[in-house]
Amino acid sequence: MTDLQDRPAAVLGSRLLRREDPALLTGEAKYTNDLNVPGALHLVVVRSPYAHARITSVDVSAALDVPGVVAAYSGADLATVWAAPMPCAWPVTADMKNPAHYPLAVGKAAYVGDGVACVLATSDTAARDAAELIDVQYEPLEAVVDLEDALSDRVVIHDDLGTNKSYQWDLKIEGEPGQVDAAFAAAAYTVSERYVQQRLIPVAMEPRAVCAVPQPFGGDITMYSSTQVPHILKVMSALTLGIPEHQLRVVCPSVGGGFGSKLNVYAEELLCLALARKHGVPVRWNETRSENHVATIQGRGQIQHIELAADADGKLTAVRVRLLADMGAYLQLVTPGIPLLGAFLYAGVYDLPLAYDFSCTSVFTTLTPTDAYRGAGRPEATYAIERAMDALADTMGIDPMELRQRNFIRKEQFPYTAMTGLVYDSGDHEAAASKAAELADYAGVRARQAAQNVPGAKKVVGIGQASYFEMCGLAPSRVLASLNYSAGGWEAATVRVLPTNKIQVVTGTAPHGQGHETSWSMIVAEKLGVSPDDVDVLHSDTAIAPLGLDTYGSRSLPVGGVAIAMACDKVIDKAKKIAAHQLEADEADLEFAAGTFSVKGTPDRSLPLAAIAFEAFTAHNLPDGMEPNLEAHTTYDPPNFSWPFGTHICTVEVDTETGHVEVLQYVAVDDCGVQVNPLIVEGQVHGGVIQGLAQALFEEAVYDSDGNLKSGTLAEYLVPAASDVPSLTLGHTVTPSPTNQLGVKGIGEAGTIGAAPAVINAIVDALSHLGVRDMPMPASPHTVWNAINAAQHTTNGASK
Amino acid sequence: MIPAAFDYVRATSADEAISLIGEHGEDAKFLAGGHSLLPLMKLRLAQPSVLVDIGRVSDLSYIRDAGDHIAIGALTRHMDVERSPLLAEHVPLLAHAAGHVGDPQVRHRGTLGGTIAHADPASDLPATTLALGATYVAQGPNGTREIAAADFYQGFLESALAADEMLTEIRVPKMGGAGWSFQKFNRRAQDWAIVGVAAWRRNGDSGVALVNMGSTPILASSVSGALAQGASIADAAQLAAAEAEPQSDLNASPEYRVHLAKVLVRRALEQASA
Ligand SMILES: Cc1cc2nc3c(=O)[nH]c(=O)nc-3n(C[C@H](O)[C@H](O)[C@H](O)COP(=O)(O)OP(=O)(O)OC[C@H]3O[C@@H](n4cnc5c(N)ncnc54)[C@H](O)[C@@H]3O)c2cc1C
Repeated sequence: MTDLQDRPAAVLGSRLLRREDPALLTGEAKYTNDLNVPGALHLVVVRSPYAHARITSVDVSAALDVPGVVAAYSGADLATVWAAPMPCAWPVTADMKNPAHYPLAVGKAAYVGDGVACVLATSDTAARDAAELIDVQYEPLEAVVDLEDALSDRVVIHDDLGTNKSYQWDLKIEGEPGQVDAAFAAAAYTVSERYVQQRLIPVAMEPRAVCAVPQPFGGDITMYSSTQVPHILKVMSALTLGIPEHQLRVVCPSVGGGFGSKLNVYAEELLCLALARKHGVPVRWNETRSENHVATIQGRGQIQHIELAADADGKLTAVRVRLLADMGAYLQLVTPGIPLLGAFLYAGVYDLPLAYDFSCTSVFTTLTPTDAYRGAGRPEATYAIERAMDALADTMGIDPMELRQRNFIRKEQFPYTAMTGLVYDSGDHEAAASKAAELADYAGVRARQAAQNVPGAKKVVGIGQASYFEMCGLAPSRVLASLNYSAGGWEAATVRVLPTNKIQVVTGTAPHGQGHETSWSMIVAEKLGVSPDDVDVLHSDTAIAPLGLDTYGSRSLPVGGVAIAMACDKVIDKAKKIAAHQLEADEADLEFAAGTFSVKGTPDRSLPLAAIAFEAFTAHNLPDGMEPNLEAHTTYDPPNFSWPFGTHICTVEVDTETGHVEVLQYVAVDDCGVQVNPLIVEGQVHGGVIQGLAQALFEEAVYDSDGNLKSGTLAEYLVPAASDVPSLTLGHTVTPSPTNQLGVKGIGEAGTIGAAPAVINAIVDALSHLGVRDMPMPASPHTVWNAINAAQHTTNGASK
Repeated sequence: MIPAAFDYVRATSADEAISLIGEHGEDAKFLAGGHSLLPLMKLRLAQPSVLVDIGRVSDLSYIRDAGDHIAIGALTRHMDVERSPLLAEHVPLLAHAAGHVGDPQVRHRGTLGGTIAHADPASDLPATTLALGATYVAQGPNGTREIAAADFYQGFLESALAADEMLTEIRVPKMGGAGWSFQKFNRRAQDWAIVGVAAWRRNGDSGVALVNMGSTPILASSVSGALAQGASIADAAQLAAAEAEPQSDLNASPEYRVHLAKVLVRRALEQASA
């Protein structure tokens, strides 16, 4: 009886409210720019107004006359400060071209926003006024904006490289030589499609901010930064600046979102560190929203050619992909690797024979560098295959849902070794797809469509589907080595039971909106039989959590969360030894449940963890040779990626007169294995879907032919607001991952991956009776109207 | 961004505001709700040396029945226009259109006088008051004058107001039960219209004005002229862009704008006639 009463209700799987939210919602949370740092100098960076220009002179003298200004520097003035160029941690091929990239450009500016000079002043406003007085003379050169133009080397951006091509990366997998070509030759149906992944601006709610604070003596320095990757940043900054790594500490205060854009090592972080060391005082920088649009990395930026071959039943027999990827002006931290994260996913969720031919060519342009943005390579890949599947269904004259059903990897095929050699841990696409179809009333919408989409109809209906696999929690480390990725895929955790049975967890993950404090406390509560309220989660400070590989790529739960569960197991093992000693029982006879060890069959002989924790602390009566205290550390390198999956179905109504698209319903059925906290899972899906929908309908970084960003403010770069997006209908299936003890998979990017193709498939479906076969993103009303006109022009022309 | 340095003075009455503007000369500007002026200053596209804040001239915030028209003080906020029972009864088109300006924050700060004085062709209420045949009252150092809406808008962000004149009142004729419609076509609810149409219709009479179809709000007189001569709605709507000179931007080409104007004018007239 007592046993049952003491047992806390199951924590794992409950909709616990996020402990992070009260501070965030009441404005109490402190972000980097909120830190009060007496004596800090303010850094402002002068940025190139030209996409491509020789810097002929930099005169900072007028800036120095502004009251409050302490110093001003050109790129050349600081050239000797750097021990190494800015880091690129993913040299995907041995012969990859990587231009030297310094925090301030010397000699040449290569994009609008490229830093060319900087000023330090006692106030932010003085520094901004002074920045306007720095006289930089440029000799403008031709911009390179178009990817195909870049590839032609008509204008070479980095003189010393002699070409704009950074690398070519191939992945050709054939059961027998020539199988891909043979499959295309023998195919009953083929499609050949070209899609453009427009550039996107990540627009984290909090722009970037940095503050570097040197200690008065001894050379230690602390950098506060709005980053997703404090640990990687620490290592890379130490290398770039020649700071002994043990003297550098990186701390992230509250971080207001990143979406991959803060998975980087940025010029301003290095400038703050370098200048704080040089001047011996704190130096801080905060990014304006306008700066964020040009000086923080952008996402996507690809031209995709995808070809599918299929037999008479529509079963895929080969996939061929040619990718042209926009690196931007320089390679940032993982820029070159982003397209390759999609390289394995162009066959989507389908059972493809060994006939896969992928090649990616990457080029420099005179635009803001690209890098990871929510999904990073995987939304692009999923978009291409899911759009191409619809094109194939259209060619065959069958329902796209039917075509997918014929090609899905079946449930019984898992774990499934894909043609790429990767092993998909678990999945059940038929279940997810049929659940989504049911929630979306697929048959009902088809019936309505048949009645409504008649010639001349002003409002037409369409329904679109996307089924996806997401590849997340990159691991194990040795697989990352085979991809030339410079870091590992492990994560570290420490679980420490304090004398009063309160728990401290130290994690190497670096949450910036994901709710790790809540989720990690739930995992520990479940494992150790305590209340989540008794668990404190420490993170995002390299002095407190010295080991870690941070938060990106939906890795935190399947790697970091599992590491915590494993550390809990070690704690339980040690506690069990103490319990056995105290209860004078054999370890093998003890069981642990609801925070209490008891002798099997004799429940009154028991000892709660609380008592053991205190014993471990006093160390008065521990087994011989046992070290005091109850804590354990784990570094977990997972055996495999985790493979969340799902099906999204979108229903739209299109106004054929204006081109306006209204999303009538959006259904997302996602499977991320076991859900630690469904409330947080739903939050991730909501945000993810809206970001994918934003790519489909609203957002685009638009450049003119001179390389100027036309969507430079939030008035032109259309991030949708709550009133512009539909309510989502969420469902889920649960297919546990067999590779980790919690059965969990990642969920941070899934929504984004599914959404864009589902929305565009729906729009094309709505307009297919008018002859529309494709729709560029974003499908703005003007774009939709143009597509309808072009299709009707073609149809009319053809009938004449 | 952060605006360039400027001085700030606050006026408590129209008279004081006008004398302060006179005192500070050319580079001084009135500050009402600040929701057009401050964004321009932050981007340093406007760099006034002095701001004369009229935001607290509270006796210019009113909505009164003045017999054949409703008189609205220039400092009346969009939200008060939207929620006014008097306007709902006599000029429902204006109240409704005010509810489509930006988002709630913008509507709580922005003023009717500010949006009219700013004379942005993409703004909703200049065109709406133009369609309604409003008259604006301006006060300067030498007294007040009335300016018909049709004479007020002179170019992109240019009005008939002299630099030392302040807009004090907007007089909108009562609609007398006319049918009406406001069509705002945009991509996000909070945005300016890509194209907008304010229209009313009563027997043979009508008023149609276009948002964002040229360098000023545009009165679509050809449409009203055709309707007066008995044209069908569909035919009249074909003349929607006759007076327009639409620009190109990220959202629309001139051709698309012309097309939208025709569609939206047709829809507006259908709704106003229903
Ligand atoms: C995010 C956002 C979205 C918006 N969306 C829309 C929208 O969808 N539709 C729309 O119509 N508007 C929109 N606006 C603009 C908004 O309506 C502004 O508030 C309005 O246009 C200007 O009014 P104001 O009182 O803020 O004027 P201010 O910004 O204070 O002044 C504007 C100009 O008018 C002058 N001025 C102000 N009052 C007077 C006066 N009484 N006499 C003489 N001169 C004067 C000022 O000197 C200044 O030059 C938006 C604004 C923002 C910030």
